[in-house]
Amino acid sequence: MTALEIRDVSHAYRKPALRGVSFSIEPGDFVLLLGLNGAGKTTLFSLIAGLLGLQQGAIRVLGHEAGRSTALAGCGFVFQQSALDLDLTVVQSLRYHAALHGLSRSDARKRIEQELERFGLAARMHDLVRTLSGGQRRRVEIARALLHRPRLLLLDEATVGLDVPSRRAIVQRVRAQCAEEGATALWATHLPDEVEPGDRTIVLHEGQVRDDRRDIAAASLPDYFARLIASEMAA
Amino acid sequence: MTAPSRYSRALRCFIGIVEREFLRFLRQRSRFFASLVRPLVWLVIFGTGLRTMVDTGVAYEEYIVPGLVGLVLLFNGMQIALSMVFDREMGSMKVLLVSPLPRWYLLTCRLMAGVIVALPQVYAFLACAWLWGVRPPLNGYLYALPAVILAGLMLGALGLLLSSLVEQLENFAGVMNFVIFPVFFASTALYPLSRLSEANAVLAEVARLNPFSHAVELVRFALYGRIDSTALVATVVMTVVAMALAVWRYDSGRILRRSLAAS
Repeated sequence: MTALEIRDVSHAYRKPALRGVSFSIEPGDFVLLLGLNGAGKTTLFSLIAGLLGLQQGAIRVLGHEAGRSTALAGCGFVFQQSALDLDLTVVQSLRYHAALHGLSRSDARKRIEQELERFGLAARMHDLVRTLSGGQRRRVEIARALLHRPRLLLLDEATVGLDVPSRRAIVQRVRAQCAEEGATALWATHLPDEVEPGDRTIVLHEGQVRDDRRDIAAASLPDYFARLIASEMAA
Repeated sequence: MTAPSRYSRALRCFIGIVEREFLRFLRQRSRFFASLVRPLVWLVIFGTGLRTMVDTGVAYEEYIVPGLVGLVLLFNGMQIALSMVFDREMGSMKVLLVSPLPRWYLLTCRLMAGVIVALPQVYAFLACAWLWGVRPPLNGYLYALPAVILAGLMLGALGLLLSSLVEQLENFAGVMNFVIFPVFFASTALYPLSRLSEANAVLAEVARLNPFSHAVELVRFALYGRIDSTALVATVVMTVVAMALAVWRYDSGRILRRSLAAS
């Protein structure tokens, strides 16, 4: 069973946002979805999450139709826009998420402590979210997405707005976590330096998959995008 | 360790949503005082001023207390709507909507959490009214509880529906004023229907059809240990209809589609 299967998905608002997108991800894979702003990454994530209704095509998540409770139960999401309650403490935010996923109080407490320890936030657990830095908030969101032990982790621009060291630390942490727990990850980004040699990289441009391979070297990616945009302009 | 049953997961989710609403409410203490000051101004100032001018068959303050309970619930319904629009704009709505339970259930939990938060506000107001001399029978406070919950659910469901129609947070203050004042004044909260029909038949008809009037009458009768069956049926039907429409709007992805299209 594939972890994620996207077949011929198209979606339009006033103009097309996705056009015939197809790819699948095998369990345990760490895949980058690389695309410039406006490429359609967030629309694709919203369709996978069931936040938007499918207009055309099919999406199966862990063998279930996208958006169904059975599919959502196995997924962890980190959205591009921060989705934390600023007026709650870190531990209260995580406890809320644990409750939404039906974890018992004792399980939730154990896992919250564990995740905050892993992400270096144990000392801040009783602080209000609004007092955290941007990088710390992002780490809380990733810890939250991992809390219910998802089999598929979907991260949409999870490092947006952070400085380079913070970005690197977060990417490494998620890679390590996925490897440790055997989780599958789809990491959407517009930052080519988040691609590492050997990563499977799917390039999304203007709503279409333009490339899908493992040997896109990080160093050549800015050129790759420049060429892609130039060829669009010429066309 | 055995996997929790569907019911225990649903219950934990409900408790989690209620806990979050309470925590947010506790952090916004001014909200509690504002919700008390508003009806108290009506009771103490307007109630005293209009006591001799409006013939309601009972002391005017006594007449308007159920209407003012309705006012607390009406503002609470708008608060539910505001909080939904705020969560949508801030992104935290997505966390709720991607949790593995049916959307109708999640929205119902959210609605019930909002109503539970309103209960201390209503009873704090009733305690103040008691100190001011409005003293329904003691068991009336108990009988009023289901009526207050039902009225709160109806006004909260209307708030949820409203939140699905409002596109941006900035527009919400205007919408609130546009909804709250006509709904409150064109009702039986401040004057009985018989007095209204003597003055203006059209306005009386509007007040008779106004769902808020039914919520107020439901609470009024319950406070004195009676059931107004028309008000009860109207409130239940309105709650179900508003909730069904709100779930349909949220479930169809219309709301998020709009915000994504805009970005």
